[in-house]
Amino acid sequence: MSALAHVAGDPAVAPPPPAPETKKRGWTAYLLLLPGVLWLGVFFILPLVQLASVSLQSRYPGFPGYYYRDLNFENYVSALTDYAPHFARSFLYAGLATFFAFVVAYPLAYAMAFKVGRWRNLMLICVIAPFFTSFILRTFAWSQILADEGPVAAVLNFLHLLPGGNIINTPLAVIAGLTYNFLPFMVLPIYASLERADPRVIEAGGDLYANGFTTFRTVTLPMSMPGVLAGTLLTFIPAAGDFVNMELLGPQRGKMVGNVINDQFLAVPGGYPVAAALSFTLMAAILVMVFLYVRRFGTEELV
Amino acid sequence: MAGFREARGDLQLESVTKTFGDFTAVDDIDLTVPRGSFFALLGPSGCGKTTTLRMVAGLEQPTAGRVRIGDTDLTGSRPYERPVNTVFQSYALFPHLTIHDNVAFGPKRRKDKDAAQRADDALELVQMTSFAARKPAQLSGGQQQRVALARALVNHPEVLLLDEPLGALDLKLRREMQVELKRIQTEVGLTFIHVTHDQEEAMTMADTVAVMNRGRIEQLGPPAELYDLPRTRFVANFLGQANTGVGTIEGRDGDHLVADVLGTKVKVLEARSQVHDGEMMFGVRPEKVTVSRKQPDGVGNDVKGVVRDVSFLGVATSYLVDMPSGTTWSCYEQNLDVEPLDLRPGDDVWLTWNPGHAFGVPVEEIAV
Repeated sequence: MSALAHVAGDPAVAPPPPAPETKKRGWTAYLLLLPGVLWLGVFFILPLVQLASVSLQSRYPGFPGYYYRDLNFENYVSALTDYAPHFARSFLYAGLATFFAFVVAYPLAYAMAFKVGRWRNLMLICVIAPFFTSFILRTFAWSQILADEGPVAAVLNFLHLLPGGNIINTPLAVIAGLTYNFLPFMVLPIYASLERADPRVIEAGGDLYANGFTTFRTVTLPMSMPGVLAGTLLTFIPAAGDFVNMELLGPQRGKMVGNVINDQFLAVPGGYPVAAALSFTLMAAILVMVFLYVRRFGTEELV
Repeated sequence: MAGFREARGDLQLESVTKTFGDFTAVDDIDLTVPRGSFFALLGPSGCGKTTTLRMVAGLEQPTAGRVRIGDTDLTGSRPYERPVNTVFQSYALFPHLTIHDNVAFGPKRRKDKDAAQRADDALELVQMTSFAARKPAQLSGGQQQRVALARALVNHPEVLLLDEPLGALDLKLRREMQVELKRIQTEVGLTFIHVTHDQEEAMTMADTVAVMNRGRIEQLGPPAELYDLPRTRFVANFLGQANTGVGTIEGRDGDHLVADVLGTKVKVLEARSQVHDGEMMFGVRPEKVTVSRKQPDGVGNDVKGVVRDVSFLGVATSYLVDMPSGTTWSCYEQNLDVEPLDLRPGDDVWLTWNPGHAFGVPVEEIAV
């Protein structure tokens, strides 16, 4: 039983922890950090503080468009009560888009990593190619594709699969648009984690009595979880704050929170404080959701 | 479980061939590995040994031929249907599972209710119990190696395949693991098939060694037999060192063949030669050659050379001697004499050997 005990010393004794780093890094590191810190300070921290201040301001009664510094939490109450349905829709549509993007992306990434051989680079280019045109233009293109006279609606109507008669200007079109627009952000991290996996490890699953599906479920999929996690975050977070897809593909009523913020800032006179409060609430809600999600599904590689 | 094939008995490969496009990795191999033996497939990289192993595992399917264990034909069956497990070269532990779950993976797939207990037992066998809760990335190479061994052994396969399992370990650890692997094999009594390019590793551990070259088995037998009487030039050079010379067979002297090597008459037992006329390459192992200052009288089999290098090794002294044919011979003398030879580079020496130790192999070997 003690067969292997004397091999390589006593395995029960863990290797000693690495000696603490005593070497001084000097100020080169800080110098290298400086441009990034300055950029973040001027273009992220300052606007954020400004936005926080705006979100608490009050307007002068009778003078629309004028505010004074205040600690008015009414804006947040209004953001949460008046616009709760918009928040719910944003998270629902973003969640559905993330789900559909995952369903489309995983097989695509799997094929690219294991099945297509020399076509791999061409497929990668196809996944990235849409980035060469503008996000807005591509979404406009989808409004043509999904239009009532367009190919998708025509085919579905012909097959009597479209009860409402149209796709454009429905939540379905919005979810389709979001799915399409954020698909590469789902494909690329999953592909990267699958491509990195040692094929011998997947073979080991088969060698240890797991058939193809069981090996996928117990070995391949868990090994690609860091990629899945990154992909879902990269899809869900921007999708939840998006307003372009709703604007171009969605219905007139039943907007998402991004559209409300956009309207409050640009279209409603004196809407700045509410828009700022909505922005902060959205940010906080996404942070909480991401935190819970990563805590639940996260792997050591990501947290 | 569906598809799983119980099989007991010797592993047999019958006329197995594997081609990848134009390249023939394994060329019509016939092989029987007796149940419970420690078998080594030895050869340089690209000789087809790993491909042979993968065909036994089911990770590759032969282009032609059959793979059997006992009476069960496994040809065409999937890896998970075979009573065969592999210790992979890079260990291939599941990075997302703990050490315990790695080892329990096989028993769990086979719906073994005692999977957890079996994993504990296997980890104890390789002395890794205290690491059960860790992840593979937190272990050293030697520790991962033992976990990989436990993960395969826990299933009690009919045949255990080891694909260069010690290749990534340092020399000292490798020597110790060689002894341990042999001990475990004796203890569990399973058939082990060990693939390696390290001839010393193969000779230390295996009951039977098959030397592979270019997709074929050149020679198969117990390590001592292969070393003593290689049948091809490749085996003579790959397994240990060989001092060789090429000569023309001129006649017979009793049981011996007499060959002329650049004017020197060399005798080889006829039974120890694979060629009996024409050109022959004769060979003799370094420790079988005696070095002396004066020409020994009697039997012949002596050649005069010039010492090129002397290395004192403690238990022995190793000499490199330039031969008249232009080759360099290696001689290994145990330091038994009271009066040391005290040879220096440049000295003339006579090399001699007992004809019973020499062997003859065909000269031609297809160019690599």
